[in-house]
Amino acid sequence: MRTVVSILVSGLSRIGLWGRGVVVAIPYLWLMLFFLVPFLIVFGISFSESIIAQPPYSSLVEWLTDEDAGTSKLQVLLNISNYFRLGGDDLYILAYLNSLRIAAVTTLLCLAIGYPMAYAIAKSEPSRRGPLMMLVILPFWTSFLIRIYAWIGILKGNGVISNLLEWTGITSGPVEILYSDWAVYIGMTYCYLPFMVLPLYSTLEKMDPSLLEAAADLGSRPFKSFLSITLPLSLPGIVAGSLLVFIPAVGEFVTPELLGGPDTLMIGRVLWNEFFANRDWPVASAVAIALLLVLVVPIMIFQHVQGKQAEAGR
Amino acid sequence: MKRMGFLSWALWFGYAFLYVPIALLIVYSFNESRLVTVWSGFSTKWYGELIHNDTLLDAALLSFQVAAVSATLSVLLGTCAGLALVRFGRFRGRTLFGGMITAPLVMPEVITGLSLLLLFVAMEQWLGWPDGRGITTITIAHTTFTMSYVAVVIQSRLAGMDGSLEEAAMDLGARPAKVFFVITLPLIAPALVAGWLLAFTLSLDDVVVASFVSGPGSTTLPMVIFSSVKFGISPQINALATLMVLVVATGIFVASIVMTRQERQRKRDEQMAIQNG
Amino acid sequence: MAGQPIRKPTRLEPWQDAGQTPYVRIEKVTKTFGDFVAVDEVSLSIYRNEFFALLGGSGSGKTTLLRMLAGFEQPTEGKIFIDGVDMAGIPPYERPVNMMFQSYALFPHMTVEQNVAFGLKQDGVAKAEIRDRVAEMLGMVQLSAFGKRRPHQLSGGQRQRVALARSLVKRPKLLLLDEPLGALDKKLRERTQFELVNIQEKLGVTFIVVTHDQEEAMTMSSRIAVMNHGVIAQVGTPTEIYEYPHNRFVAEFIGSINMFDGRVVSTDGDQVIVASEEAGCELLIAHATPAPAGSPVSVAIRPEKIALSKDPVAEGAPSGDGRNRTTGIVREIAYLGDVSIYLVQLPTGKTVRVTAPNVTRRTEMPITWEDEVTLTWRPFAGVVLTQ
Repeated sequence: MRTVVSILVSGLSRIGLWGRGVVVAIPYLWLMLFFLVPFLIVFGISFSESIIAQPPYSSLVEWLTDEDAGTSKLQVLLNISNYFRLGGDDLYILAYLNSLRIAAVTTLLCLAIGYPMAYAIAKSEPSRRGPLMMLVILPFWTSFLIRIYAWIGILKGNGVISNLLEWTGITSGPVEILYSDWAVYIGMTYCYLPFMVLPLYSTLEKMDPSLLEAAADLGSRPFKSFLSITLPLSLPGIVAGSLLVFIPAVGEFVTPELLGGPDTLMIGRVLWNEFFANRDWPVASAVAIALLLVLVVPIMIFQHVQGKQAEAGR
Repeated sequence: MKRMGFLSWALWFGYAFLYVPIALLIVYSFNESRLVTVWSGFSTKWYGELIHNDTLLDAALLSFQVAAVSATLSVLLGTCAGLALVRFGRFRGRTLFGGMITAPLVMPEVITGLSLLLLFVAMEQWLGWPDGRGITTITIAHTTFTMSYVAVVIQSRLAGMDGSLEEAAMDLGARPAKVFFVITLPLIAPALVAGWLLAFTLSLDDVVVASFVSGPGSTTLPMVIFSSVKFGISPQINALATLMVLVVATGIFVASIVMTRQERQRKRDEQMAIQNG
Repeated sequence: MAGQPIRKPTRLEPWQDAGQTPYVRIEKVTKTFGDFVAVDEVSLSIYRNEFFALLGGSGSGKTTLLRMLAGFEQPTEGKIFIDGVDMAGIPPYERPVNMMFQSYALFPHMTVEQNVAFGLKQDGVAKAEIRDRVAEMLGMVQLSAFGKRRPHQLSGGQRQRVALARSLVKRPKLLLLDEPLGALDKKLRERTQFELVNIQEKLGVTFIVVTHDQEEAMTMSSRIAVMNHGVIAQVGTPTEIYEYPHNRFVAEFIGSINMFDGRVVSTDGDQVIVASEEAGCELLIAHATPAPAGSPVSVAIRPEKIALSKDPVAEGAPSGDGRNRTTGIVREIAYLGDVSIYLVQLPTGKTVRVTAPNVTRRTEMPITWEDEVTLTWRPFAGVVLTQ
């Protein structure tokens, strides 16, 4: 092992500055090929027509050869009917609005549960913060599917909550929460909660406690201090956490599929169905592009926040 | 004092929200009845059935392979990316590079899955590779979206590291590549381990992207769980979940004990150093 | 001002000897970061065995200059020669230079011994020799018993000595030190200053030290370059810098000083007479650079060079013609133990700072608040600074 490393080292040592280029180039090319180019392809296919073939879409660019005239020409067919379909059909518009609403509610619920948690952990003794944060992140390391699955048993009619309500006499029969928007809210909040607590905690923990002491010294009551000092200073954490929840939540598929009812329309489900059930790749691509357009502004804000944090960490 | 009361209530509510579902999941894995929600006696028979479920075991094996390979690849790529972002200053195309690193963190999975599938189809058409879809395409897809997480973990570790350590090594005569292997790498090793585990978990957890880019005969564990959950709940899944939680909890428990012990030792050392000053 | 450790008197200092070639030559070096000019056309010659200090506030460009010597930054313009070799394009790991970092930059995953041995290992020195040289170095910095420890098991002062040992073990001809004492507390700093000077003289290594602490620079160095906004304001021995500042910046940066604005009345040889309304008298300066009559100048006088007396004609009145003599009222007294500082307000409104040793016990102090006092000083106390 030692010799392998030393051969590697001496070999690489000779590369010098050139090696720096390689270090950037490898991940750069990988991301170009597997992240950037795919988007261009999706964009392209969103303008093609669905046909029964393998693959099931028409090609945009074709060489047409006119045998008689002996000429050939390049034909580019851009089919924008996919986008018209998205704009014309209530189903799609409803799905988009629904997705935004569900993502927004999820974000607010995560904030409502996550902020007090992050605040309480940041306020606790330094030696206890690590283990407490660990407990927040721990569920994230177990399977996401399994965690959604756990809620099925709790929310379904004859499930834990239903039985509990019946047993305490609050309701007289079984209650079905599963397959509703509320089930989706609960499931998504559950899954995304750590993503909210993490950035909130890291901004709250960095805050100088003497700021609050100074405020108190100047006559500010605790709640007032919280509103005028803690809250504004934790704003970067709120923004980062909210975006970390909101953006993926808009395109969420698994949770609405497993916990939502048939009328819980979300854009991720629509895309999935267009692709797998209808085998309409061009429309699925158009749905993806439209989804990206909705998310472009939040994603850019997120990148800006991320970039600033990376700068600050330096 | 009243406010602290509210805070600790909030904290306990939060932890209950996070852990009660998991606890119930584990409890019902030992339920005799097929009806998951009705308790009819203790039994471990679902664990027995689990062991003989070949579909599940094959899928698990495949998933572990994919997760191990893609986690290793993403640590390699993510380390390069993190290094480039933190240590190389400004280079041409840095903004685009930074964007491509952070965007996958929040990109909806359906978009990632669809776009990668379309890429693989197009590549097959033009280049003849990859030949069909399967374990290779899943691995590539998982590497692509997990490397961003690794890059972010490594980036923050590197940013927190004193840059003059590397300069000192160079000043003492070590060439850049040697500096990387002898100084940088050992110091970011914890981040490499954390990044690998994170990538492994994310890969093992993914159902959406894998559904898009997998082919016949390459069904991952989450895909099997997903389809069986869609048809209703099954005590076998509870048993499987219990095992997974057990493995993760043990791992984290051991890791945190080791870390606490190291931390304590470190504190004691520092105390002693100050006294001996 | 702390005294200089006694340096053995040399026949002729190298920078005064035209026959000497400088060991480090910095020629019109400029470094810009974007629009910011960190170092602006700096030229310097540093000789073998010097203990040279780059002194300046933050953002003065001193650290950038040091990093260019080490090879971590490349000059935007200009050249750096070390031992006659042009350093352009030579990476840090190929320079005959070692550096001690401000943060010490001790490798946390290596023991003290491994840290010190690191540089020798890079050169492929034989194992036995590495062991001997590491032991020797650790002995010199009195850390022989700590070889197996890790950096976090050491106190601040011990870490500083490991960093010093590590940067010296390769026997560099030139050692760069970035705020070497910055992280130590005051007591330890004073003791370490003398240690550093002793080690430098014993090993015969050229030291270039970056510091923002003027006292540190005065105590340790053979010469000081005072830097301001990327430019060298003055180069000279500590005495030259203190006693003969070339400009207002240096005069005010080092110690405290009184400035009187005025105009040259006459010049006679190296004697200059300046009329200053602010001072309320004419000032006679001996050994001054001649300046044309009528030109505006400032006269700088150190507080300890001014004598304070309640008796208008008492002690050491240098000339009876009213020059170098003015009166004022004591407004503030600060008792510092060994000396006291008096702030005396002149009738013109100008406040003059005077320090006087407390020869007598404070309880019997003759001068107190609101006393009218006479200030006098000798002709060679003042320095003429042209704008």
